[in-house]
Amino acid sequence: MQVEKFYYDNRIVKNFAYATILWGVVGMLAGLWVALQLVFPSLNITQYGTFGRLRPLHTNAVIFAFVGNGIFMGVYYSLQRLCKARMFSDKLSKIHFWGWQLIIVAAAITLPLGITAGKEYAELEWPIDIAITIIWVVFGWNMFGTIIKRREKHLYVAIWFYIATFITVAVLHLVNSFELPVTLFKSYSWYAGVQDALVQWWYGHNAVAFFLTTPYLGLMYYYLPKAAQRPIYSYKLSIIHFWALIFLYIWAGPHHLLYTALPNWAQSLGVVFSLMLIFPSWGGMINGLLTLRGAWDKVRDDVILKFMVVAITAYGMATFEGPMLSLKSVNAISHYTDWIVAHVHVGALGWNGMLTFGILYWLIPKIFKTELYSKKLANQHFWLGTLGIIFYAVPMYWAGFAQSAMWKQFTEAGQLKYSFLETVTYMKPFYAMRSLGGTLYLIGALIMVYNIIKTVKKGSLVADEATEAAPLQKEFKPHSSEHWHRKIERRPVQLMVFSLIVILIGGAVEMIPTFLIKSNVPTISSVKPYTALELEGRDIYVREGCYVCHSQMIRPFRSETERYGEYSKAGEFVYDHPFQWGSKRTGPDLAREGTGNLKKSDGWHFRHFRDPSSMSEGSIMPAYPFLLENDLDISNTKAKIKAMQTLGVPYEKGYEEKAIEDLVSQSLKISNNLISDSILISPKKEVIALIAYMQRLGKDISIDKP
Amino acid sequence: MSVMIILIIVSILVALGFLLAFLWNVKSGQYDDDYTPSIRVLFEDESKSLSSTNNNQNKS
Repeated sequence: MQVEKFYYDNRIVKNFAYATILWGVVGMLAGLWVALQLVFPSLNITQYGTFGRLRPLHTNAVIFAFVGNGIFMGVYYSLQRLCKARMFSDKLSKIHFWGWQLIIVAAAITLPLGITAGKEYAELEWPIDIAITIIWVVFGWNMFGTIIKRREKHLYVAIWFYIATFITVAVLHLVNSFELPVTLFKSYSWYAGVQDALVQWWYGHNAVAFFLTTPYLGLMYYYLPKAAQRPIYSYKLSIIHFWALIFLYIWAGPHHLLYTALPNWAQSLGVVFSLMLIFPSWGGMINGLLTLRGAWDKVRDDVILKFMVVAITAYGMATFEGPMLSLKSVNAISHYTDWIVAHVHVGALGWNGMLTFGILYWLIPKIFKTELYSKKLANQHFWLGTLGIIFYAVPMYWAGFAQSAMWKQFTEAGQLKYSFLETVTYMKPFYAMRSLGGTLYLIGALIMVYNIIKTVKKGSLVADEATEAAPLQKEFKPHSSEHWHRKIERRPVQLMVFSLIVILIGGAVEMIPTFLIKSNVPTISSVKPYTALELEGRDIYVREGCYVCHSQMIRPFRSETERYGEYSKAGEFVYDHPFQWGSKRTGPDLAREGTGNLKKSDGWHFRHFRDPSSMSEGSIMPAYPFLLENDLDISNTKAKIKAMQTLGVPYEKGYEEKAIEDLVSQSLKISNNLISDSILISPKKEVIALIAYMQRLGKDISIDKP
Repeated sequence: MSVMIILIIVSILVALGFLLAFLWNVKSGQYDDDYTPSIRVLFEDESKSLSSTNNNQNKS
């Protein structure tokens, strides 16, 4: 058989590698900055720089920009070699690369501007969502094209991890991003309340699974054997754990909603699958670590292997912790605390970060045909990174456990021992220590940047790496005149993928609206839609990212009902597009902020927004003076009410016409209230709407006398 | 909670897709050999007789 000559495309790998490094540093800087904001609230500078707007920037940058580009870098290098073929199309590679970077830039601009869909890790607004879909399809097209024209019959296990990543992320993104646009930069989630929460965490958990885990396992299966120069411990195990992992992962999402208003059976389903996940997860970890059996002396000398060993160990720890956190009794303690922040950072800094660094140190010298500039600097990076993770995680575990214990502590007389504020001020030293850990990790990454720049300068890029391989033998010769469908029949994988996509889009478009609108009939008759002003206030709440620090979901524990009031019911959230349950209590729960013993006067809220520490000494909440200056934008109020009606919110007939009138009269009421509290403010300001929303929270089923 | 029906259908569809892929894998002999693939990835396929280039001229 004739051997074919061809060339691997290394330039695209280099581009993705540079992007990985650049966005990695940006994402880590953003992380350090928001960590410092929790220690020094005065670092919340201007309305574009508050914690609520910057934390989504940090998470999006790290997940989708740093790890995202890391995935593409690793896939584009390994896929070509595993398939013995150049990438399917250079043009698609280019579109993929620049498209993805543009999406990142769009995110970096819109998030500080407060343009957000208000769902964690899916904050980007609908035009960017569409762009993501298109670029993701380009990636898949390029990947499947390469797989189809491969010269190696066997699909190495890493490729299966890549395929699973592509398909599942596409499905998750499509289902979770179902939203109704109001303007170019504002949309409402098609789902409401508890349904929105379930979809969001089905997405959220699988984003962890199929964006941060499966692609990186694929990378591990390629780069670890390469770096160690020995085969993976058990290829059989890799196949078994791959299939087990993808079949189990997709059912685990509800463990993010334990003890919430989600139906109990769904919670239990999530718990069972989360527990089972430990087996395939550890299958991967064990397979990785045992690959180094008998070669641990190599780990002593080879810095790349050190990075990879720490990464795999962190993966093992995080995937042991995950199932444990999914146990309801553990979750009762850990949920809403910094314990979860520690957990995700062991995964992000340890597993994703360290593996990315290891791959970069291995790959950059390879494609530049040179040696790494300095092994010593790489070693320093390794130790700074590892210490950084420890200095980050330990204070956060401590903080999480301590805060939870304080929240639940009662005095002998049966009263809550600590006010919420006391638990916040107790956290400050831990937040400071955590920033130190983050700083170490960032310094390590900067050392890597220097090391890589020097390495690149030393070598020269082999843009098109020559190689040769025998073509894949065709097993079947088609007849000259055959039915067109026969061609499709011979392509089972493509057929599967395309039919799946078609079914999903068709099914989603058809089912979601009808299904969901019907079920928005309230189950609690006293629950009423938001007034126009409250809706505008709620949109400000979403815009400012309040959900990043405040939950709106009281769990049925005495320690919570005592502190916040009656536990939350599913029926209370039927008009919440999107839901705002949150997942972290850096500040107190707000589900019943407008009612019971939590109720504060309009004046209190006004002063608190202007300067939180003036009302709660030691508060670490950002000040929002700009809410007192900005006029409320009411140009879209009517469109918003109409959108809500489309989504099935039962406003009385013709309310959209009266909306502005109603909004003005409610604003006047509040500003008059403020006057009696000796505060003079125009009723047109944004803060009025936000106060209206605060005072509305929890009111629907309150037992207060009117 | 009708959204659960959607999520379950979608999840099962995805799982079914993967199941078909798995069956195809087994049937087409992808898993007949569960040892050599792990060795094969270790071979560098770079060839000494061919020259790599630093530009975009040569592609396959």
